[in-house]
Amino acid sequence: MPQEFKLILKHLDNPGYTPDIECYLRHGGYDALKKALAIQPKDLPDGKKASPQEQIRDDVKLSGLRGRGGAGFSCGLKWSFVDRRSGKPIYLICNADESEPGTFKDRQIIHKDPHQLIEGMIISCFANDVKLAYIYIRGEMPKGAKLLNAALKEARAKNFLGKNILGSGYDLEIHVHRGAGAYICGEETGLIESLEGKRPYPRIKPPYFPAVLGLYMCPTIVNNVETLCNVKHIVTMGGAEFAKLGTPNNTGTRIVSLSGQVKRPGYYEIEVGKATIGQLINDPAFGGGLLDGRKLKAVIPGGSSSKVLKAGEKFKLKRKVEGKDVEVETDMLDLPYDFDSLQQAGTMSGSSAIIVIDDSVDIVGALANLSEFYAHESCGQCTPCREGSLWMSKTLHRLTHGEGRKQDAEYLVKIADNIPGGKTICAFGEACSWPVQSFVAKFKDEFVAKGAADEERRAKEATTGKKELAAAPH
Amino acid sequence: MSFTVPANLEAEIDELITHYPVKRSASLMLLHALQEHFGHISPEATQWVAKKLGLQPINVHELVTFYPMFRQTAPGKHQIKVCRTLSCALGGSHKLHEHFCTKLGLDPHAHGLQTTKDGKFSVEFVECLAGCGMAPVMMCNEDFHEGVSNAKADEIIGGCR
Repeated sequence: MPQEFKLILKHLDNPGYTPDIECYLRHGGYDALKKALAIQPKDLPDGKKASPQEQIRDDVKLSGLRGRGGAGFSCGLKWSFVDRRSGKPIYLICNADESEPGTFKDRQIIHKDPHQLIEGMIISCFANDVKLAYIYIRGEMPKGAKLLNAALKEARAKNFLGKNILGSGYDLEIHVHRGAGAYICGEETGLIESLEGKRPYPRIKPPYFPAVLGLYMCPTIVNNVETLCNVKHIVTMGGAEFAKLGTPNNTGTRIVSLSGQVKRPGYYEIEVGKATIGQLINDPAFGGGLLDGRKLKAVIPGGSSSKVLKAGEKFKLKRKVEGKDVEVETDMLDLPYDFDSLQQAGTMSGSSAIIVIDDSVDIVGALANLSEFYAHESCGQCTPCREGSLWMSKTLHRLTHGEGRKQDAEYLVKIADNIPGGKTICAFGEACSWPVQSFVAKFKDEFVAKGAADEERRAKEATTGKKELAAAPH
Repeated sequence: MSFTVPANLEAEIDELITHYPVKRSASLMLLHALQEHFGHISPEATQWVAKKLGLQPINVHELVTFYPMFRQTAPGKHQIKVCRTLSCALGGSHKLHEHFCTKLGLDPHAHGLQTTKDGKFSVEFVECLAGCGMAPVMMCNEDFHEGVSNAKADEIIGGCR
């Protein structure tokens, strides 16, 4: 039986656990920071010395930690790209702009255990010689911003932040910066532009890799809330121990946001890959199954941008059995919930947000909802995305409002296929196309049938002169 | 009418500017501070921020027009924001939005911001509020509410009066 494994969520929902520093300290808070600051330079076999900072960075690499924001990129590798020779200051930004539909894990940490994030951040800043860092929190979390500010104040008062932290000689300041309702600020270069006080138009890479040319054209690290929390645990338990959690190449834990039509939606922390999508949906420890009398129709496995999985879909997963590479046929419900398996299934675990859709849902309407989101959130910088996201949304609007056409399904795919693949500056192009491509490919009959029914009705209306369809809401 | 920022708010703003090595970075935080105080960002407020940060007014105005949270006209005293995106839609957010609109005498089929005639309430659909597990979710000013039934919605309205 798969179980929850609470590393980051260990305390935050316990009765009596409060977001203030005294409570955090009673639960061993800031011990990891003390441990990090006490690390001594180490002699290496080649006669060189490894600084405490290098040792932490190596440990994070060893831990196999992959970014929890969406891309799943190795955190240690990301840190290793930072240009440390430029002589410019290095900045770290915590991406707390949690906006991917379906995702609500960072909200829990920020509101219930802000010091865990701050401790993870301080250690990460120390390890990367950062003297000034920001928490970019989405505008719609005003209380979260206040809580973080209060927590930072408490940390300053205890000298976990500020000048000469705990006598180590290390100085660091962290400030909270609020966004103002734009999804694109979650894209790291858009976030940086926003933090510079501009419109959050993502920057083109190359040359603007944040590790080299980030905030104020200085080397910058942008990490997700959960990723930074993990750094604290890596320091506490050691990278090698951390790597034992989860599955190879998919180490540690992940907080899964489960929403949609299950009995027990919520956030569940699991060892990565130790539970399947089916278990997360159906197990009493997690989602507890579908609502009574309903059947599974589809699952969006990693936030709204990830490609949808259709109930009953089968995939060939590459597995090593007795040292040999074999392909194992796997039902979508049996996909282990990790980075690599979902990638092999043609989708992604993204921000680890599962949205469950049952047979009571009009799949065309569900896609119309998502496309409206992307049309609203495209920053408008690149033509394929700005126009394409709106065309897709308009087409889906007419399909859900009695004005559909038979060929709309093909039309949607044609638009979606022309947005991604390097035609746009950032990955929003992919993000808005993937749902359309996958929904239409996997549920094509429903899209065609809807358009055909509309055409038929309109033809009838034209001959009888009578309107048959009442105005559809919204 | 002249535009005056109270001294204590200006002190708060001056402190915010010190958080950044480049003044311009403070523009979003300044706009938030002014909007919290005045309810919206007037052209005068835009000018004021630009002057404060040594920018051209267009540098600030383009933020006000881009970021959905900034408003150029005053909304209602109590701003109700209902999440529209998929998980909440599956959880009944359209019905919730309709309930608020009907209750407050607004058009249940309009998506954008609507304000009651007495200026007390405004209702609008917003995109994902990151509370998908307890759909439908909404905000009333700074307060976030989860799993909002019609009864709970009535309570929220009642609490505002």
